[in-house]
Amino acid sequence: MVLPLPEETLLEMYWTMLLSRRLDERAWVLHRQGKIAFHISAIGHEAAQIGAAYAIRRGYDWVAPYYRDLTLMLALGYTPREFMLSLMGKKGDPCSGGRQMPNHWSLKRANVISHSSPVATQTSHAAGIGLAIKLRGEDKVVLTTVGEGSTSQGEWYEGVNWAAVHKLPVVFIIANNLYAISVRQEQQMAVANAADKALGLGLPGVSVDGMDFLAVYEVMKEAVERARNGGGPTVVEAKVYRITPHSSDDDDRSYRSREEVEQFKRRDPLLIARQKLERAGILTAQRVEELEQRAKETVEDAVRFGESAPYPSPEEAAFPVYAEDARYA
Amino acid sequence: MARITYREAISKALWEEMERDPSVFILGEEVGVWGGTYAVTRGFYDHFGPKRVLDTPIAEATIVGAAIGAALTGLRPVAELMTINFAFAAMDHIVNQAAKLRYMFGGQFTLPLVIRTVSGGGRQLAATHSQTPDVVFAHFPGLKVVAPGTPEDAKGLLKAAIRSNDPILFIEHATLYPVRGEVPDEEYLIPIGKSKVQRPGRDVTIVTYSKMLELSMKAAEQLAEEGIEVEIVDLRSLRPLDIEPVIQSFKKTNRAVIVEEGWRSYGVGAEVAARLYEEAFDYVDAPIRRIAQKETPLPYNRTLEQMALPQVEEIVRAVKEVL
Ligand SMILES: Cc1ncc(C[n+]2csc(CCOP(=O)(O)OP(=O)(O)O)c2C)c(N)n1
Ligand SMILES: [Mg+2]
Repeated sequence: MVLPLPEETLLEMYWTMLLSRRLDERAWVLHRQGKIAFHISAIGHEAAQIGAAYAIRRGYDWVAPYYRDLTLMLALGYTPREFMLSLMGKKGDPCSGGRQMPNHWSLKRANVISHSSPVATQTSHAAGIGLAIKLRGEDKVVLTTVGEGSTSQGEWYEGVNWAAVHKLPVVFIIANNLYAISVRQEQQMAVANAADKALGLGLPGVSVDGMDFLAVYEVMKEAVERARNGGGPTVVEAKVYRITPHSSDDDDRSYRSREEVEQFKRRDPLLIARQKLERAGILTAQRVEELEQRAKETVEDAVRFGESAPYPSPEEAAFPVYAEDARYA
Repeated sequence: MARITYREAISKALWEEMERDPSVFILGEEVGVWGGTYAVTRGFYDHFGPKRVLDTPIAEATIVGAAIGAALTGLRPVAELMTINFAFAAMDHIVNQAAKLRYMFGGQFTLPLVIRTVSGGGRQLAATHSQTPDVVFAHFPGLKVVAPGTPEDAKGLLKAAIRSNDPILFIEHATLYPVRGEVPDEEYLIPIGKSKVQRPGRDVTIVTYSKMLELSMKAAEQLAEEGIEVEIVDLRSLRPLDIEPVIQSFKKTNRAVIVEEGWRSYGVGAEVAARLYEEAFDYVDAPIRRIAQKETPLPYNRTLEQMALPQVEEIVRAVKEVL
């Protein structure tokens, strides 16, 4: 196998996927223990996110993510401790300091823009950032993500159309996990591949196995290069599967069979990555064990850190609504 | 009389109207297989089938737009918007289409349309899942805005809304669904646009609606222990606004506290207070007080969220202040 990236980088990608998984699993436990109010999971989406993250210049390019992007955020330098602060609604969480729900990422230091809860709104923001890049004459690109169900929104088509018309440097990723909460893909769109929608909007649309981090990386690299070189936007559909319920408010047993879930678990992105790296001689069982141990310690540390952190003070609740409230920003 | 939940009351109203009238159908996100985000339509998909209980794509503008189209042909769609926060994505259809089509074209078409949605905070869902922007919609002539605070009202008003020939935004409250109350066993309708005295009293008038009715009732009980008897008028609909029962009560108590969950500025309190000053000025014995949400987007953190939302103690304090 010809490796597309240095060994070290591949290991780093694997590590981030693993860390994301273990943090995510802990979040579910914390929810069951009543320690956090809400969790929405990236489990099953890790490979798609890591492949995308490593195709951009992290910290230089812009990112307009959606709520499932924990792995992407970790790859952009969001820390496990910060994630725990956010889950627990604590002070010091750089995304929101307890003001917004968890997983509504916003990390200025990594060029990750804020987003609110109505889905697909980040698509037009991404087009606008692309426009700004063009106006400023920069060579940055924008990476934006969305679920397949959310591409039903008019706003998604409008945003992608704009970017296509103006050849903006944006890559529109669709994480297609087959479901929008309980509603299957066939109830959202008549096309077989969400990426096929690009055809009608006049830009390339590519579907890729989102359970395979290297396949995603390859496709994304090409799309990012095209965007950076003035070739315009691309729609990339990563075919993934949401291994968990939609969120901590959902019970998925009412709308999909356990057999289906089990079947997709056999294509667990973490497993596929491990097998690939083992075959390439980069990863050994012993190394995996070490990484697992490190992940366990990192998660423990993050939880302890989160639990001992203070809540925002009540006086802070009212700020910073306006720019003049800078002291609370 | 049976004691059922607000959720059951709404669900029964929908079920009965769908059984009664084949032109009634439901469309919205997650309303079918899943049975609705707040489980109101659980069991409907299996009973009425996918034609009359339609799981739509995630596209609020088209949910309302398509409901308008179907209503123009004489069907009676009940469109569900998962929460009122997502109604903003359908705002053009609600405000520029639904509210105005009948008037602008001289009444050629009627719009027997109900948009059911969910308002309110208190569940740690943060700023863009927890708003109570009911008054925003009540601003527009042509639209009716109904917001029940009890199971009995929810059932009777929803049935009346489905039978009405005008577009109605029917606003349920996210934290009222598990609340129980007495509901008549026999069929009944409650006319839209009638306020109701939910608790009689002589000392102070509380004007409120929806979830804040519950808080006001609690405040009234506390105050009663101290010998203060408040009268609670529940608006039940914000447009049309039935001010007469409010004025009647105020002429008796000469004091009013208005309690709403949304923000104070330009709110229900502003409207009701203005109407009292305009129409009952001679009866004013104390400044009219307003209790409302603190003027920030609603925070996620539980303590901060509760601080921003109106509390029973605030109502108690305000009543004592106007006495
Ligand atoms: C405008 C709007 N409508 C509805 C919702 C409620 N909602 C949140 S997530 C979701 C499903 C999204 O599914 P998809 O886009 O496939 O993403 P996934 O969660 O599967 O990753 C819905 C309907 C919302 N947040 N915003
Ligand atoms: Mg999906």
